[in-house]
Amino acid sequence: MATRQSKARPRILRSVLENGASTALAAVLLIAWQVAVPLLGISEFVLPTPWAIIARIWNDFALLMQHAYVTGLEVVFGFGIAVLVGVPTGLTIFYSRLFEKAVYPLLVALQTIPKVVLAPLLVLYLGYDWAPKIFLAFLISFFPIVISTVVGLQTLEKAMVDLLRSMGATEMQTFFKLRLPTALPSIFGGFKVAISLAVIGAVIGEYVAAQRGLGYLQLQASSQFDTTLSFAAVVVISAMGVLMFSAVSFVESKVVFQREEAK
Amino acid sequence: MSAAMEVVGVATAQRTGKMAKGVAVHIEGVTKVYETRQGDEILALERTDLTIEPSEFVAVVGPSGCGKSTLLGLIAGLIPATSGRILLDGAEVTRPHPQTGVVFQSDLLLQWRTVTENILLPIEIKRRHTADYLPRVEQLLEQVGLQGFDSKYPTELSGGMRQRVAICRALVQQPGLLLMDEPFGALDALTREQMIMDLQAMWLSAGNTVLFITHGIEEAIFLADRVIVMSPRPGRVDLSLKIDIERPRRWKDHIDPRFVDYVAQVRKIFEAKGVLTER
Repeated sequence: MATRQSKARPRILRSVLENGASTALAAVLLIAWQVAVPLLGISEFVLPTPWAIIARIWNDFALLMQHAYVTGLEVVFGFGIAVLVGVPTGLTIFYSRLFEKAVYPLLVALQTIPKVVLAPLLVLYLGYDWAPKIFLAFLISFFPIVISTVVGLQTLEKAMVDLLRSMGATEMQTFFKLRLPTALPSIFGGFKVAISLAVIGAVIGEYVAAQRGLGYLQLQASSQFDTTLSFAAVVVISAMGVLMFSAVSFVESKVVFQREEAK
Repeated sequence: MSAAMEVVGVATAQRTGKMAKGVAVHIEGVTKVYETRQGDEILALERTDLTIEPSEFVAVVGPSGCGKSTLLGLIAGLIPATSGRILLDGAEVTRPHPQTGVVFQSDLLLQWRTVTENILLPIEIKRRHTADYLPRVEQLLEQVGLQGFDSKYPTELSGGMRQRVAICRALVQQPGLLLMDEPFGALDALTREQMIMDLQAMWLSAGNTVLFITHGIEEAIFLADRVIVMSPRPGRVDLSLKIDIERPRRWKDHIDPRFVDYVAQVRKIFEAKGVLTER
């Protein structure tokens, strides 16, 4: 009994240490930042303290949220359209050899274009309003969704398909009972990459031309040497990214079977 | 050769009353040629004739590449024959027959389904009411010693348990024909021994026709009414050996003189064909 306890204690200690390690490290870095700025005499135009940034977020919360709302909608629509177009595109590539031969190489070639360089052109064609931002968010998140869908569908063992065929399953049944559930973990992996990229797409779109949104707000703040507000925008954009990612993860946990480990 | 194939499964007569459910299998001059991507042709099975009586247990033994898995795929309706025809109860096989259950070498359980949900898959596919089959599932699980495991997931089970679930899945709709493609090939020796005993018991009570594909000579002789020996390049039937040992067979029958003689007969074929060589 005594030996069991003495063995258990370091294990608990280790798990506390491991779980708290990242939080502690972040706290240490923030404190160092907070202390170093006045100590080294750095101007707040160059680098505001963490506390000043937090205070600014608090004071300008309404303003930040007003712009966050715009950016958030752009991300949700861009990502949403990418899902609605990307998954069916992946399915068609998987099912149609002709479509795969025709479309897949083109998609890969297009993927090599850094999407952000298209932003000024999108503004030219789609104007200053929502459209170019949503389109950029869509464009940048589309490809990972297509690829993860195709890869997810291709991972299926042939013997599994034979099994369902031997039961007399139609292709529709095979798809819903076998192919889709097998592909879902990969598809959601693609969604998670895509949602993070969609945030980047929307903000870049706002950098180029906008009257609203966090990217616009940040650009305005920088041009007025309001570095604190610029940092505040960075924090809100990051928070939005985390929130969107968590939302996708939440849906994933509801839809995708979590692999239970053997006892 | 063809005449030799049509040996009547005498063992069938030994199990009176339970034989009604078995499907009769007639394989008539079946040839299967595969085409490789380079355009080459591979003769997997050459003009094969084989008749399996209703409720007969037939084991096919042979080395890799002898066409035994091809034979099973053809009967299951998964691959089309190049020529010849296969009849199940007189009806030509053009697609998977509803009276057929298949067990593959790996269990092929769906990870996201519980044991019960996996076993009910064929019922769902056939769009029947799964609730009607729950007592049947319970009964099957009890037969294979897995009572109480109905709501476990496959990852929580051992390899042997998973293969038992796969067998239950194949048997849930009480198929007249059970096709088994090296079902115990991936299991350890002790688990395999238990599975062989359990399979015999299940078959004796179910009375369906079984085609059992294996590498194992002794496994084939122990289980089957008739052992078909096949050799490769091209795949063809070399011997049809009726196993005349009364049922239920006991593990000690492995040292029965008749059993030892059957093993020797099969080995002789393999030695003659160069499948087995003693140096």
